[in-house]
Amino acid sequence: MFEALFPNVRAEQAWEYTYQTLFMTGVSLVFIVIFGTILGLLLFLTSKDNLWENRILYAGISAIVNIFRAIPFVLLIVLLIPFTRLLMGTMIGMTAALPALIIGASPFFARLVEIGLREIDKGVIEAAKAMGAGNLTIILKVLLPEAMPAIISGITVTGVALVGYTAIAGVIGAGGLGDYAYLVGFSMNNPDVTVFATILILMIVFILQFIGDFITKKIDKR
Amino acid sequence: MISVRNVRKVFESKFSRVTAVDQVNLEINEGEIFGIIGYSGAGKSTLIRMFNGLELPTSGSLLINGQDLTKLRGKELRLARQKIGMIFQHFNLLWSRTVQKNIEFPLEIAKVPKEEREKKAKELIRLVGLEGKENAYPSELSGGQKQRVGIARALANDPKVLLCDEATSALDPETTDSILDLLVDINQKLGLTIILITHEMHVIRKICHRVAVMEEGRIVEIGDVIEVFQNPKENITKRFVGQLTESENTNDIIEELIKKYQQGMIVKLTFIGETAEEPIITQLIRKFPVSVNILQGNISQTQNGNYGTLYVHLDGEMTDFDSVFQFLNEKKVRVEVIQNV
Repeated sequence: MFEALFPNVRAEQAWEYTYQTLFMTGVSLVFIVIFGTILGLLLFLTSKDNLWENRILYAGISAIVNIFRAIPFVLLIVLLIPFTRLLMGTMIGMTAALPALIIGASPFFARLVEIGLREIDKGVIEAAKAMGAGNLTIILKVLLPEAMPAIISGITVTGVALVGYTAIAGVIGAGGLGDYAYLVGFSMNNPDVTVFATILILMIVFILQFIGDFITKKIDKR
Repeated sequence: MISVRNVRKVFESKFSRVTAVDQVNLEINEGEIFGIIGYSGAGKSTLIRMFNGLELPTSGSLLINGQDLTKLRGKELRLARQKIGMIFQHFNLLWSRTVQKNIEFPLEIAKVPKEEREKKAKELIRLVGLEGKENAYPSELSGGQKQRVGIARALANDPKVLLCDEATSALDPETTDSILDLLVDINQKLGLTIILITHEMHVIRKICHRVAVMEEGRIVEIGDVIEVFQNPKENITKRFVGQLTESENTNDIIEELIKKYQQGMIVKLTFIGETAEEPIITQLIRKFPVSVNILQGNISQTQNGNYGTLYVHLDGEMTDFDSVFQFLNEKKVRVEVIQNV
């Protein structure tokens, strides 16, 4: 049945490309969460009426975030080639896609973190101050825990977007399911492979979304 | 003892300059429940936030046990704040933490070891009557229960002072009373000084020893609650006192009655303390050839005694009521002639 529908799909090869997609998405997501959270916190803290209110710093970070968010991902990969070569020593393969993925998606995630932090009731921050909490305590024990559902759903949205980004990166030789669909499917005239790769991408996205929604629901006690 | 000296707070922006607190002077005694009443925008929120440095005065000083809070910065200020509890109108609990963990939060800030934290939180849960709710999240609690968590949290580091920022304004009347009872209980058990701000005279009447009335950033009247009730001087104070002693239609009713009665006079009698419990009207009728018609009455309890008002219509064979008034004055009843028919 499977072979009749997808005569050109070879399990081992399909797994190889799936693994590449999972690797690129997973590794870059870890870095994006770290950088994005820091950037998002900085955006929030330096904004008006907040702990480190600083108009110039806010405008600066905001501008950088907006610029990197506005560059189309395909162009970002190309623009980053010299940087990638310097950092990774290569510009093809899975690891070479990582800098572009991280730089491309961190600003996006940072904005989601910022929005999540903005939803926190100002009164709760004031209460923590009244108890004698310092800024670090407020960040670690109030801001991050109270924004956690928003951060988790932000990670989910970013993860889903990343699967799409890796497919684009695949086209320029990073591997992954995008590469599989394009190289093995489209260029070799195997439409069944293209369809199958699409199904795999959809499955990854659905599973990601499901896990994200589940965790968000579980930790949201509001 | 807390002294507020010449405190001013001016908010300046590009387009405006607002004096929120204007030359405020206050002395608050240890163990006292001190109320500040005013309408919104009177500056009371800004003032109460100065007692823990959430707001810094533009000028003036604020001494708590001799230490000027306005001079403290950084770590010193944070340590001072740990000894000043605060509760809020909207409770401001962390939704992500259980009741127990919310109460432990100030102890975490004070770096109290885990075991001690848990023990202290358990004690406080008992004190505020929330046994069985340790592991509930704030979203599972009613407003009154949330404020109890707020109170327990504010007491965690054994503060000397408790600040209440409109702490009952978001609660229904019954819950308000139970929270106020809890505050009095804490005040007596722990000898805590309580400073509260409110716009409800009911709160002042029920639990405060002294009250300050604020209007446009200034304190316009200050004194023992019972004295302020008995003898309000400023118009704004009269309005606040009226919230409690006069039902909405008192004035209408009295106007009607004035039309009805062809002679005699309508007076308002104010009783305080023990006189409120004496049968003065009976004595009055026995002593003088006068008839007394009670129009409206009201009695309230305050922390320093009972306080009552009575509107009566006096009539009889007497041509003037001077001797009646003299008798009432001897009995320490304040007499105010509303209408001489």
